[in-house]
Amino acid sequence: MLASEWTKLRSVRSTYWTLLALVVVSVGLGAIIAAATKAHWSSMSPTDKATFDSVQASQGGLMFLGQLVIVVLGSLVITSEYSTGMIRTSLTVMPRRGVVFTAKALVFGVGALVISLITSFTAFFLGQALLSPHNVTLSSAGATRAVVGGAIYVTLCGLLAYAVGTLMRHTAGTITSVIGVLFVLPIIVHLLPHSWRDGMLRWLPSSAGDAVSQTVYTGPTHLFNGWGELSVLGAYVVILLAAGLLLFKTRDA
Amino acid sequence: MIEARGLTKRYGDKVAVSSLSFTVEPGKVTGFLGPNGAGKTTTMRLILGLDAPDAGTVTVAGRRYGDLGFPMREVGALLDAKAVHGGRSAYNHLLCLAQTNGIPRKRVGEVLDLVGLNEVARKRSKGFSLGMGQRLGIAATLLGDPQVLMFDEPVNGLDPEGILWIRNLMKTLASEGRTVFVSSHLMSEMEHTADHLVVIGRGQLLAECSMDEFIARSSGQSVRVRTPQAELLAKAVSHAGGEVAGGEVAGSDGMLTVSGLDAARIGDIAFDSGIRLHELTVVRASLEAAFMELTGDSVEYHAGLPVAEGVN
Repeated sequence: MLASEWTKLRSVRSTYWTLLALVVVSVGLGAIIAAATKAHWSSMSPTDKATFDSVQASQGGLMFLGQLVIVVLGSLVITSEYSTGMIRTSLTVMPRRGVVFTAKALVFGVGALVISLITSFTAFFLGQALLSPHNVTLSSAGATRAVVGGAIYVTLCGLLAYAVGTLMRHTAGTITSVIGVLFVLPIIVHLLPHSWRDGMLRWLPSSAGDAVSQTVYTGPTHLFNGWGELSVLGAYVVILLAAGLLLFKTRDA
Repeated sequence: MIEARGLTKRYGDKVAVSSLSFTVEPGKVTGFLGPNGAGKTTTMRLILGLDAPDAGTVTVAGRRYGDLGFPMREVGALLDAKAVHGGRSAYNHLLCLAQTNGIPRKRVGEVLDLVGLNEVARKRSKGFSLGMGQRLGIAATLLGDPQVLMFDEPVNGLDPEGILWIRNLMKTLASEGRTVFVSSHLMSEMEHTADHLVVIGRGQLLAECSMDEFIARSSGQSVRVRTPQAELLAKAVSHAGGEVAGGEVAGSDGMLTVSGLDAARIGDIAFDSGIRLHELTVVRASLEAAFMELTGDSVEYHAGLPVAEGVN
């Protein structure tokens, strides 16, 4: 069954396009941010220089745009089956829907994690190289957490899209909803008055991205630490996956 | 063997299938007939567990479809040949299906050969013609070498060669002892292929019997007689209980259409009365006529067009 989902994933062009986009965008954007920062270093204010987070700079591409790309792939993995009608074929040959759901989630999740880790490390090394001498190494505080945690964050975003995909069964709707949650929701929350905002920030899915990649303390963020925020996002993903599994099993194909 | 007992399914307040019970037996081709909207596709989806019935049960090889260990190895079903991911090649499509049921890779090559798609195996299926897509769907049903086969409109989009190929394929599969269940609208083709029929209308069973029996039951069966002594024969036949219709003239002979008596009886009557016969033919009603007669009032969606002259 896992072999079947792997065949499905590797036999369509959209997989390769999205993964290529993920790598190019993440590494590329991170490199641009790094190079640009280095070029403007001398014109930066002392405060900016002191609070400069070189890890966040090199990982910026992955954390900002990479999550977008993985959301598309996570959605497509399930919603393309509905849009092409393939789902009827898939569920006919394997009527044990729990197996189908889990195999698909596993193959996608593992694949996303592997690619995200590779991308994250590549972005780090390239970005830091471009930033020198204002760079850090993996052994500096929080760097490994940011690189590995960043990859986990991106994977969780992909699984979030997968879960929403099983619920909505519609490509455009899924992608829009998940991007709304990851991009638009934080903007809205930031516009709220302080008293509301400070309590809500730590419960946003996107906060995991912020928390995990920040390595320089710049004042209270009202967030849990990196792993804490990842757990919050992880919990959302688990709940949505459970709901998705239930609906997947009970709805008419 | 497919067994349905009391199958019922509602979509909202519309009853698609109501208390449907029938048996599809191995070793013959069973045709599944019904007007559009009668519930044929719904019934097939219920058999395969794609929809859950509101009441009743249906089993395949004695078990619910969902309980089968390797469903593909017991049942091959083609419901919608377009339900494939167009970006995937034919080979990969069949491969990912085969892998779900532990069917070895080389079987994929075998079925591609069987249906004649081996040349385009590596091409993306969105470029396939209707006929090729249909053949891909049939290839998928054969992957597990199953004992039960179900086809929903398999001849859609096939050229005459393809239609003949499917007919032979289904007959071969049935002769191997498998259960073949086909739904189709193409009456003329069904007449040549099916041995047994299950006919439904508006979600309910209208008939379940052999092909011959179904046609015989309809009123269209008659005998065409050409004889120079038409009036004499007409009288003799009516006297014996037959109904005479027609009365065309063909050359110097008269042509009668007799119903209610079989050809042998009419021949005997003619012999006994010393009447010469020039033609004695059984005019078998077509499946189409028998079907239209039975399902006429069960049609959900009538087209509003007038019937052309000369078409019965």
